[in-house]
Parts: sequence; C-alpha cells; structure tokens
Amino acid sequence: MSIKLPFKITFWKVVLLLTWLAGLIAAIVRFTGGLGAATNLSDKYPWGLWVGFDVISGVGLAAGGFTIAAAVYVFHVKRFYPVLKPTILTAFLGYLLVIVGLLFDVGRPDKIYNPLFMGNPHSALFEVAMCVMFYTTVLFFEFSPNLLERLGWGGPKRWITKVTVPLVILGVILSTMHQSSLGSLFLIVPQKLYVFWYSASLPLLFYISAIAAGCAMVIFESHLSFRAFGHRLKEDVLADIGRILLVVLVIYLLMKIYDFYMRGVWSEFFLPRMETLLFWLEILPGLIVPIILLSIRKIRLSTRGLYIAAVCTIVGFLLNRLNVSTTGFVASSGVNYFPSWMEIAITIALVSTGFFVFAMAVRYLPIFEHPEAKSELEAVGIPEKVFNVEALPKS
Amino acid sequence: MTKPKALLIDITKCIGCQACALACKEANGLPGEEEEELSATAYTVVKEKDDIYYRRLCMHCNHPTCASVCPVGAFEKTAQGAVIYHAHKCIGCRYCMQACPFGVPAYEWKKRAPKVQKCTMCYQRLKEGKIPACAEACPTEATIFGDRDELIRMARARIKENPELYVDHIYGEKEAGGTSVLILSSVPFETLGFPNNLGERPLPELTWAALKTVPSIVVFGGAMLYGIWWIIDRRMELAEYKTKEQDSQLKEKT
Repeated sequence: MSIKLPFKITFWKVVLLLTWLAGLIAAIVRFTGGLGAATNLSDKYPWGLWVGFDVISGVGLAAGGFTIAAAVYVFHVKRFYPVLKPTILTAFLGYLLVIVGLLFDVGRPDKIYNPLFMGNPHSALFEVAMCVMFYTTVLFFEFSPNLLERLGWGGPKRWITKVTVPLVILGVILSTMHQSSLGSLFLIVPQKLYVFWYSASLPLLFYISAIAAGCAMVIFESHLSFRAFGHRLKEDVLADIGRILLVVLVIYLLMKIYDFYMRGVWSEFFLPRMETLLFWLEILPGLIVPIILLSIRKIRLSTRGLYIAAVCTIVGFLLNRLNVSTTGFVASSGVNYFPSWMEIAITIALVSTGFFVFAMAVRYLPIFEHPEAKSELEAVGIPEKVFNVEALPKS
Repeated sequence: MTKPKALLIDITKCIGCQACALACKEANGLPGEEEEELSATAYTVVKEKDDIYYRRLCMHCNHPTCASVCPVGAFEKTAQGAVIYHAHKCIGCRYCMQACPFGVPAYEWKKRAPKVQKCTMCYQRLKEGKIPACAEACPTEATIFGDRDELIRMARARIKENPELYVDHIYGEKEAGGTSVLILSSVPFETLGFPNNLGERPLPELTWAALKTVPSIVVFGGAMLYGIWWIIDRRMELAEYKTKEQDSQLKEKT
C-alpha cells in the first residue's frame, strides 16, 4: 500500500508501532502465564485498569453514538447530521475495543459467549453484556451504509436506510439500559466502595455522565479530525453540542449535590486522604471548570475554548469511572493497587488502535462526505424543504 | 424435603490446631500446607488475634451476592444451604469477588484456564450423606454441622448459659439476610475483621431495585421515542404541505 503521509504522521506511526509492540508482549504474557503474570490484580483487588478503563470508561466514551443518533433521527435535529457519521464510527470502534479489552480481562475469553445461553436476569453484568452485544450489532448496521456505499451496493444500503428510525430507537433503549446498568454494577457493594462514590443513584449518575462524555467526545474528535485531516466541521454545530453538554453537566452537578446532601457526607470532603484528592480532581477540573468555560458564550463559540472544555469533561469522566470501579475500593480492600506496565501497555495499545482504525476509516470510507445525505434523510421521512443543505460540506 | 443445613463455629472452643484447614485440603484435593489467607488453594484458614483463634470460610449466604451478580449463573444456593460453583459456566469476570461482602471467592491467577475457588460446604460429601470435612475433623467441636434452625437454638442456649463468655450476637443469623455459617465469639466480631455494617437485608435487593425497572424502560422508552419521532415528523410534513400549497396558490395568481 502506498499511503502518502506527511512527516508529522510518520512520527505517530512510530509511536503506534511501539505501542503495538509493547501491547503484543503484554498480550503474550497475559495469554500464556494467566492474569496473575500480566496484572497486579489479586484476590483482594480483582478489578483493575482493564475493567475500569478499557471496559467501563470505554462504553461511556462511546455514548455519543446514541446521543447524536437520537438527536438527528428521533428529534429531527438535522443540523447535527454532519457529525453523525464520525460519531457513529467512533462509537462502533469504541464498542469493538471494549469487547477486545474484555477478552483480555475475563479469565476465560473462550467462554465469552456463555451469557447468551445461560443468562442470570438478576445480574446487572448480564444485562450489560447482552446490551453491549446487541448494541454493537446495532452500531454495525448504523455504520454499514458507509461500507456499502464504498462497495457500491445500493440495494442493501436502501434496506438499511429504511429501518434507520427503529434501529436508532432500539440503540437508544439499549444504551439507556447498559449505560445506567454499568452504575448498577456497584449498587451491591455499599460497604466496600468509598463514601464519595457509592450512591443508590449510581445508575442515573452513570447515564447522565455518559451522555456528557459522549457529547464531549464528539467535540474532541471533531477537533482532532480537523487537525489531522483538515475536515472542518461547522463550528456552530459544535457550539450547539457544547451548549447541550453544558446543560447535561449542570444537571449532573445538581444531581451530585443532591446526592451528597441526601447522604450527608459533607464532613468527609476535607479529610487528608488519597480519595479526597481524587474526588476534587474529578469535581473541580472535571466538572466545575467545563461548566464555567461553557457558560461563557465567547469561550463556547471559540474552537479552542470548546476543545478545552471537552477535554476537561473527558478527564473528569475518566476519573469518575476509575474512582467508582477501582480506586474507590483501595481503602476497603487493604491493598495498594497500581496497574502493572503490561496492563498499561494493553490499554494504550487499544487506544492507539482506535485512533489508527479511525484514521484509516476516514481515509477510505465516505465518513466526512455526504453526497447522498439528502436522499438518506428523505428516506427516513425528513422532508427536503426543511433540510438544511448548508449544513453539508461541499463535496 | 431437606432442611437447610449450617455450620456453627464457636470461637471460644477453637484451639487453633489447624485440623479443619488440613482436613479441608484433603477432602477437596487442594495442594500445600496451611495458609495465612483464603486463596484458590485454601477454602478455609485458621487465624489468630490476641490469642483468639477463629476461622474464615465462605459464609454460604441465604441470599448470596455471588449468585446474584454472576452474569452466567455459575453460583447456586442449594436446598441444603451450600453455595456451590459450576466451573463450566464461569467466564472469569470476577464480579463475584468484587461483590462478596466477606471477600471470600479466590481466583486461580496463575492458570491459563482459571476457576473461582471457595468453600462448597463439602457439597460432594453432603450428597454422599457425610458431613463437611472441617466439622468432622474438629477435635473440640468448635465447628459443628446440623440443621440451621437447630444450630441457632443451640447457639442461643449457649449465650444464655454463659452470658459472661459470649458476645450476645450470633454472627450470620441475620447478617445480609442470614448465612449458613453461624459464629459465636467472646469478643466483638468487628475486632476479628468480620464486617459489622452489612445490615439485615439481602444485598442483592439493592441491585434488583434498579434492575426491575428495565422492562418498563424498554416499553415506555420505546413508545415515547417513537411517539416523539412521529409527532415531529408529522408536523414537518404538514409544514411542508402548507408551503407547497402556498407556492401553487402564488403560481395560480400570477
């Protein structure tokens, strides 16, 4: 393959290869020596970076897929159509990477299909497993028009376009179920999870914060796509998503405050502990700062300000998920867990694979081109007249 | 019908001889010598604190968290009271370990096809009509096996007869909905590391409170989303129709 790459990308190619090499070594150790050989997990600390980041955070970061799809197809916000395709792509890739991460983390990846045949409806994890499986399938169908278009298969593409609305609604339902159920996973450990993070409202908090993370990822990835490939998205669309992000973050903050108020944990907020530091990192730079940034109209309308607010939101989201699923258990477990280099290497390799596949897809598939956008929207019942043609980049 | 069984462990009678731990290893074919902590090769351990010896093992909850959280139902609470594990189902997600309030399930971290390991109340022996190996091996009757309600009565009687010897509490009678391992102690249980914050309600209820709302989310959420789509779609269609009509009227006039 002769891919013309500017010099800057070649540096990133080297980085990519290095992360893959480290990931490969870690993978060999993991699958020959078992989880104990590759990770710092133990009986007292059974869930670590792979569960917390690769799986639980990964699913949340991919929440933009259902959010934007619902906005465009269910709520007819056609202005968002230009960001829909890259967002669906990110979500689809995200879920695939979550599944790969899961294959590393579970002890018996060869039995990963077992929940299909012997499910336990009382298990939140069973619900998550089924929803992730079905939703990844939904995302595949939502993404497939890109592939079919490139292959020139007009027939199958038209069939899929016809069922887009039910498909999107199914995706929203499945996402609502499993984004919140990831929070339900921790309802059963009130005596183990540190007081900042255990709450009966975990399902709702997880759901709302996932929507925020999804919106932030749309802004983040649009910005990166622009910097890497020059695909400029209409800034007013991103600013609108920034406004939605602001509303969602404020709702989340109010829910957090209400939750702390109901549980009366104010006295714990200034104890000199590691948890206190992690908590304030999550709340101040990760929640308060983006709210302030996005409230200021001038910052929200500036590409850079929006980008910084999105990055803050994503960092706050990651800290929250890691705190709930891993660091919040350090105190009760009595052991100090820090991931091994191999756990970190696998995680980095997965993330860089995501970036790589995204770049390849953008290069070879019509992700940022919309020659048929109009007819596609018409097919799902959105009349031509009200369709904002200006929102489309000139092809 | 079989009555639910249980183990009664009277810490005041334990002399720390390790007979139970060794009998357990033999009965379950586990390698190695006596261990300090529960592990994949130690289903029970005898621990010591300030000259008090006590045992750790699976509590065999009446409403086991491990069974409720397992996505593939690899744990089963049997009619006899034992909580057993079906290795062929297990995918190794380790949610049972994360969720167990007593920190009991252990994992075979070094193996390529690892299993979760924990005390099964010697379920194999129970099926053969025998009693658990630890209860059989105990020389001082610190661990005894019997019907759960019978053992609770016996434990109450012991506390009543010797109120100065025992803490007035049967650990496991009500903890997290009750367990099939009951413990009597001369010192408060939390000083020996037994969690005292579990409450009396079964922990799986906490998850179920959220999960039971799922069917209504699916039905009402689906209907609502479809309704929203339909209403907006219809209004746009009408708006479109109106503008077209106005256009044609304009044309007619000119």
